[in-house]
Amino acid sequence: MTQAEALKEYLLRLADSDMILGQRLCELCGKAPALEEEMALMNVALDLVGQARNWYEYAAELIDDGRDADKLAFRRDAHNYRNLLLTEQPNEDYAVTMGRQFFFDVWHYFTLKSLTESSDERIAGIAAKALKEATYHLRRSSEWVKRLGDGTEESHKRMQDAVDILWRFTGELITPDDTDRVMAEAGIGPDPDQLAKDWRGMVNEVLTQATLTPGAEDAWMYMGGKHGEHTEHLGFILAEMQFLQRAYPDATTW
Amino acid sequence: MYAQLVETGAKRLKTMEEMSPEEREFQEKVDAETKIEPKNWMPEGYRKTLVRQISQHAHSEVVGMLPEGNWVTRAPTLKRKLQLMAKIQDEAGHGLYLYSAMETLGADRDEEIEKLHQGKAKYSSIFNYPTLNWADMGAVGWLVDGAAIVNQVVLQRTSYGPYSRAMVRICKEESFHQRQGYQILLDMMREGTEEQKAMVQDAINRLWWPALMMFGPHDDESPNSQQSMAWKIKRKSNDELRQMFIDQTIPQLEFLGCTAPDPDLKWNEETGHYDFGEINWQEFYDVLKGNGPCNRERINTRKKAIDEGAWVREAAVAYAKKQKQRAQAA
Repeated sequence: MTQAEALKEYLLRLADSDMILGQRLCELCGKAPALEEEMALMNVALDLVGQARNWYEYAAELIDDGRDADKLAFRRDAHNYRNLLLTEQPNEDYAVTMGRQFFFDVWHYFTLKSLTESSDERIAGIAAKALKEATYHLRRSSEWVKRLGDGTEESHKRMQDAVDILWRFTGELITPDDTDRVMAEAGIGPDPDQLAKDWRGMVNEVLTQATLTPGAEDAWMYMGGKHGEHTEHLGFILAEMQFLQRAYPDATTW
Repeated sequence: MYAQLVETGAKRLKTMEEMSPEEREFQEKVDAETKIEPKNWMPEGYRKTLVRQISQHAHSEVVGMLPEGNWVTRAPTLKRKLQLMAKIQDEAGHGLYLYSAMETLGADRDEEIEKLHQGKAKYSSIFNYPTLNWADMGAVGWLVDGAAIVNQVVLQRTSYGPYSRAMVRICKEESFHQRQGYQILLDMMREGTEEQKAMVQDAINRLWWPALMMFGPHDDESPNSQQSMAWKIKRKSNDELRQMFIDQTIPQLEFLGCTAPDPDLKWNEETGHYDFGEINWQEFYDVLKGNGPCNRERINTRKKAIDEGAWVREAAVAYAKKQKQRAQAA
């Protein structure tokens, strides 16, 4: 794999994970447990889709086959999507929603932090702005994991269940493949070992404070999102998200 | 207008002679355009009317997120998706802001929301209509936010200080939403396919009359208006506001190249206003009573969100309590 190929792949991963998690949060519109949460969820979703747009725009320039950011977001099928499996998991209850957000936010925060020092200036620039947002996202989701984990008996049970349900999707966040390695070697992407160490460190710290038990480090992990092999959920997410672009392929403006 | 048929409890206006000294002083203040602030004395009817009106307005912001939530997962481009998400976020913010203004009157947010879920509190009838195609996101912004602004611009001068200040802030954001909504429609009419243009006309056909209903019944059918106007909670009558809205909207409609579903709509040279057909009031009262297309869905969704979120809110309270105890023990 050349560096140029790896870069395009890597940008799509960043974009798609933001996009799909943003889409999942959009599904919660009007359904949050409190009005303050309604605002916060939409705020986080807005940040994520905004970041996705930045990554897509850069990816579209490099791919350079006539597709723009919208075409990349709304016209690729599931097997071409490169998001982390974690981001496509359903909202379920608020513990799962917040657990998913927390595991993602820890990964996102350390990834973006590293990307601010990327040898690719465009990436460093996008990451610098995104990091500010991700820092807030992480603070918020950490707080919720602690509140729910160390709240009532019921919330503790739900939060622990959420950790258990989601754990098998977390391996993908910190298990590097060729693309990740090529990016790291080029000084573009984060060092995979450091990322894994940082992710584990913060996850363990917060879960401990939340009186929760993390999954085993050697637990079986469900992976494949970064290569386009997804869970069954993604097809339905895209069917909804891409509906208008698919139903009206002749429309050039919206 | 996000508050309709607000009950004032007054059968007729009191004369200055009939008022107690406190009431008279209050009315003189209102007449002199001095804002009433939370700590000032106010008649109980004034307080209750405001609680009803502001809570209706807040409920409307929150319920109004649902017809948009119906399309936010299907927005056609990144730009439109981001705009719609930002609009929804603003509405949640308006809801919070308005509930806070309401709480300055001694009302409780949770209690008022409970009334909404029990079907005892109103919200704008417009949100009981479904959003059936993407152009509805444009038409809601243009017509619904547009109608709301006509009312709210006037409410910036309402006599109660916190409500008036909330309106100033909210109006700025609503105007932005309205322009964005219109732009969605304009882009589709100018550069869209025939199918997209048909979407726009369809959205206008469905939302036109419900938007006009937002201003409430005719003045002579609006028994509470007189007291609200005397207290300067309301500043213009329903029919005046509706006419203002029509007069400013028709040129925009024509600029779009669309039509309104009203054969009686025409410019009246003599009055300098547009004449328009009679609203189907039966439909208006049906929707208000709970028999609109989406009344049940809207309330059920809101009720379910709050009911199913109870354990989350309880956990937050329990955690905060534990943290406080830990801080005290340390």
